[in-house]
Amino acid sequence: MTGAATLIIATVVLGAGTFAFRFAGPVLRARTELSPRVEKLITIAAVVLLAALVATAALLDGQEFVGFARPAGVAVGGVLAWRKAPFVIVVLAAAATAAGLRLLGVP
Amino acid sequence: MRSILRTLDRDLARDIGLVCLADAVVGLSFGAITVSSGLPLWLPMLLSLLVFAGAAQFMFVGLIASGGNPVAAVVASLLINARHVPFGFAIGDVLGTGRLRRAVGTHLMIDESVAFALAQRDAERRRAAYWACGVGLFVCWNVGVLAGAFAGTVVTDTDALGLDAAFPAVLLALVLPSVRDGATRRAVLAGVAIALATAPFLPSGVPVLLALAGVLAGLGGRQAPREQETAA
Repeated sequence: MTGAATLIIATVVLGAGTFAFRFAGPVLRARTELSPRVEKLITIAAVVLLAALVATAALLDGQEFVGFARPAGVAVGGVLAWRKAPFVIVVLAAAATAAGLRLLGVP
Repeated sequence: MRSILRTLDRDLARDIGLVCLADAVVGLSFGAITVSSGLPLWLPMLLSLLVFAGAAQFMFVGLIASGGNPVAAVVASLLINARHVPFGFAIGDVLGTGRLRRAVGTHLMIDESVAFALAQRDAERRRAAYWACGVGLFVCWNVGVLAGAFAGTVVTDTDALGLDAAFPAVLLALVLPSVRDGATRRAVLAGVAIALATAPFLPSGVPVLLALAGVLAGLGGRQAPREQETAA
């Protein structure tokens, strides 16, 4: 097993690296003059990133298909959100669908 | 902080509260799983305070616990966190001014706080949503992890509660209103297709970054009608 000193150093490096990533965006933004068009593109880029996170998190565990219960839950949440159901309902329905399917033995 | 609380309406506060609650339960499982896989009690707490990014923390602990090289574990987790660069570029204006404030706001940048901010209409609500979600999640996540590390195996299987489906649903509900815009929708569809097509072959975190190429699809679609206009 990895030693304590190594674990601390690794955690600090990971923390510092993550902070640097988080720091870079706002600094770059403050230093560049953005036209409204570029501003819109950057917002689109963030939405694309979040959507790609949703898709990969819903369907995959690492490189492999995660099973049917999770994507089914996310899909139920998605349909409810599209029909403008309240946020709380969307989230609870997604969780309940996945949990319920697993109770029934769906992976 | 007082102005943030004033701007938050009850609906938004309730939505953020729900996400915080769910996040605390995932934190419980993170603390429990880390300690029960033989890693020291302080590791999940230190990670949650210093890194504060769930997916990367699970990846790091998973790799270390299975005997992986620490350098490889750090690199793999950093790849997952690289998406914060474009996130910060998009929502950099919510951090406000002052060095301490900006540093704290920077550390609170996570998927949910970014998504809640992007879903708001005006600048003041964006800032309020970002800070409320960021502070709330930081507290709940760390308290959850602390409790999980000490309490052990109370909740190790959050999948049985369906929480693994709840988190993508949270982000989905927050981005859907933006997708009603045509250019954004084209970009999102292309980006999601790229991420899913490449995910089976690439390390976690990279497919999501490649999805950014989908923005070009939004661009192309927006210029095309204009070209047709000039042609006609």
